[in-house]
Amino acid sequence: MSDILLVALGGAVGAPLRYLTDRAVQSRHDTVFPWGTFTANVVGSLILGVLTGAALAGAAGHTLQVLLGTGLCGALTTYSTFSYETLRLAETGARFFAVANIAASVVAGLGAAFAGFAVAQSLFG
Amino acid sequence: MPSQRTGPPASAEPIDPDTGLSASPRRREPRLPHYTVLGVIAVGGALGAVARYGASRLWPAGTDGFPWATLTVNAVGCLVIGVFLVVVSEVFSAHRLLRPFFATGVLGGFTTFSTYCVDIVRLVDSGRAGPALAYLAATLVAAMAAVSAGAWSTRRVVAKWGER
Repeated sequence: MSDILLVALGGAVGAPLRYLTDRAVQSRHDTVFPWGTFTANVVGSLILGVLTGAALAGAAGHTLQVLLGTGLCGALTTYSTFSYETLRLAETGARFFAVANIAASVVAGLGAAFAGFAVAQSLFG
Repeated sequence: MPSQRTGPPASAEPIDPDTGLSASPRRREPRLPHYTVLGVIAVGGALGAVARYGASRLWPAGTDGFPWATLTVNAVGCLVIGVFLVVVSEVFSAHRLLRPFFATGVLGGFTTFSTYCVDIVRLVDSGRAGPALAYLAATLVAAMAAVSAGAWSTRRVVAKWGER
């Protein structure tokens, strides 16, 4: 299958998955903190970290990288919604949550990506 | 929900653009069939992901490995979502599928947080901690500047139109 089709297929699964994750998480808490997008972004970063570590170790091929990495993880995670939610938090007076959203998303996302990458490299390397 | 408007125009926009839960008491309008919303998000997500893939092919990381394409894609997506969500919240009542299709689907599929994080991991892993830190900060600054510029300039235009 061509790369474009693989990316489209992954994107067609990843984006609805993010929407469902967001709804499920947002309906379970009453704070203004956007835990839904946060969860999707951290989970996607973990999966892409594992995939990238596995690929560098030779355990994940090109097809898997394009389908799951570029397509699924790329669409499961989002920068646009993350930035918009941060802006809205700052504008509605929740400045602390705006800064906390940036800090928590970057720290948790990077932590998840590094952890996934390291685990995959030690497993497959 | 115009009846709930109490503050400045910006208060019409929810914090979470996907669910709008924090702005409205768990929506009263009849829900669209779930699969219809999921379907348009899937189509939008596929289009956005393919556009991002195209950008990364047209503009591969240079010899220094700095991921310019991902940075640009994310900044552009943030600018567009700032404009789009103000327009659909304040200018016209768009079809209920437009927002899930375009904001959640297309822009969500176009921009990526996972590639951003893994780009940083790759740079650090290859011993380029400086560029990794620069990329980390530059993306954050560009994204927040872009979404703010998009939303604020659109609100200004909307307010000017309202005066006429």
